[in-house]
Amino acid sequence: MSPDKKTFIPRVLITEAAMDTIDTLRKRFGSELMFHQSGGCCDGSSPMCFEKGDFKVGGSDIWLGEVYGCDFFMNSDQFEYWKHTELTLDVTPGRGSSFSIEIPMGIRFMIRSRLFTMEELENLIPTKTGEEVLEEGSIK
Amino acid sequence: MTTLTLSQSKPVERPEIKEKYDHFIGGKWVAPTSGEYFDNISPIDGKVFSKAARGNKQDIELALDAAHAAFPTWSKTSAAQRSKLLNKIADIIEENLEMLARIETIDNGKALRETRAADLPLVIDHFRYFAGVIRADESSISEHDEHTVSIALHEPLGVVGQIIPWNFPLLMATWKMAPALAAGCCAIVKPAEQTPTSIMVLMELIGHVLPPGVLNVVTGFGPEAGKPLASSPRIAKVSFTGETTTGRLIMQYASENLIPVTMELGGKSPNIFMKSVADADDEFFDKAVEGAVMFALNQGEICTCPSRILVHEDIYDVFMERVIARTKAIKMGHPLAEDTMMGAQASNDQYEKILSYIDIGKQEGAEVLCGGDKAELNSGLETGFYIQPTIFKGHNKMRVFQEEIFGPVVSVTTFKTTEEAIAIANDTMYGLGAGLWSRDAHELYQVPRAIQAGRVWVNCYHNYPAHAPFGGYKKSGFGRENHLMMLGHYRQTKNMLISYDKNKLGFF
Repeated sequence: MSPDKKTFIPRVLITEAAMDTIDTLRKRFGSELMFHQSGGCCDGSSPMCFEKGDFKVGGSDIWLGEVYGCDFFMNSDQFEYWKHTELTLDVTPGRGSSFSIEIPMGIRFMIRSRLFTMEELENLIPTKTGEEVLEEGSIK
Repeated sequence: MTTLTLSQSKPVERPEIKEKYDHFIGGKWVAPTSGEYFDNISPIDGKVFSKAARGNKQDIELALDAAHAAFPTWSKTSAAQRSKLLNKIADIIEENLEMLARIETIDNGKALRETRAADLPLVIDHFRYFAGVIRADESSISEHDEHTVSIALHEPLGVVGQIIPWNFPLLMATWKMAPALAAGCCAIVKPAEQTPTSIMVLMELIGHVLPPGVLNVVTGFGPEAGKPLASSPRIAKVSFTGETTTGRLIMQYASENLIPVTMELGGKSPNIFMKSVADADDEFFDKAVEGAVMFALNQGEICTCPSRILVHEDIYDVFMERVIARTKAIKMGHPLAEDTMMGAQASNDQYEKILSYIDIGKQEGAEVLCGGDKAELNSGLETGFYIQPTIFKGHNKMRVFQEEIFGPVVSVTTFKTTEEAIAIANDTMYGLGAGLWSRDAHELYQVPRAIQAGRVWVNCYHNYPAHAPFGGYKKSGFGRENHLMMLGHYRQTKNMLISYDKNKLGFF
């Protein structure tokens, strides 16, 4: 199998409820969306949703892949501790704070995690830096 | 799992809380321009107890207008007068401590014994501290030579934006408001979505003390009210406490406006227990055990939560046995009951997030030493957000050792040498708080110096005096809060370089 035909295992999955929320937000904002996984205090460790391009990514960010058509990023030092886990983007009722755009809906994106198996770890989708993503213009 | 039957004292009475609160702008209560309000849910029972104004860009602009109108006068108001008003605010809060403590508990979910003994007394003291320091504060002057004098004079920055977290709604607001007002700035405060009510009750009490426009509070959602505030070209600074992604976004806006920011972004604080801690089973050992259990203070919702216990392997058994027993003795219950030791998590999404971390901790192979699940309480608390204080044992590369869970969850690991303890302590993205417990005089100085954190508690933990600077190293942010140095974060320096020489230089 040539490398470009290899089927990679995605790092980020998504629940139906999260897909519905993304559809609603796309319609409301009339634009594509992006996610950046946060860390730290308060609402840290939650994924933040923005209109595509509103959050400036760069060389210190890692692109984990696309989830339901949205680029999903995380800071590289945080990724070091997360890279062995499969992330599932979910949504839960709750009044989160932060600038994530779903918050006025009274719901909050959240991440559920599972450990990858040793076999899966060898076949994960290759990551890129945020800078590489910007240079390419679009991800495919 | 089984539901815990509560046997405890009756919750205290709830103070009267209005059905809804408007913004406080320009010394007046102003309805949101959209006419919309949003529900504020109490974590105690998951039920709506009040509504907050749903602020937007127009409301922020009104607040900016009011603050800019007030600034020319406020910035020239004497230190004596500013000090007097801050003291007056402190006195009013003190007279209403019990009522405010109860409302803070209803808003945030933390136990009443904490709002009574910590949150509100610290709020009062912080206003008094900054009322005090501006009376003694001086600018500097230096004579460069016999004809040249340099005056470095402090001037307030202007109108500042302050974005408040929900873990200590009144105290974190005070950490930002008191020094800004003391420094002569006017402020626009945006409380957290989860806890927009207690600060409005506070404004009902103190709003009339300050001239209109000096202090404005606009409630609302981050993307609708926080973003227009943080990105406004009409503010001179943003102070933010929260998480890293929003911190970066606020810095992105600040870079567009070329204004300074202060960032307090959390941590994963190590609490180190050296071998000498267990040299005797005495008062100090008991204090150290309490120091380890401090992870459960405020349900773990503190940026400096000592969420990693690093204990010398030789004392692990004797120490952790006591820590586990003390953790199991934490009485959970109705946050408004006087004997409750730990209350509810602040919101449903936090509750879900904490449970997802407990899940990944178990998946990664961390051993649950106690807790490890939600706490199902009865007596009307079934729909509240309660989690058992949880201790994991594992290693520092696990996600539960690396990420801020912001819940009553601590992860313990052991070390063999001082060097290893320091290496584990520093193996984190963050550097906000740390604890060091030892009976060895040398370690008491050398180990804290080696830890990359802005605050190292030595033989104590979770004290927050106004008189000690607080802030982060590494990804925990920059800038400081508390201490008179905070005035410097709300002022800039006007240098007047004066020549008293009548003679020309001779260049031209």
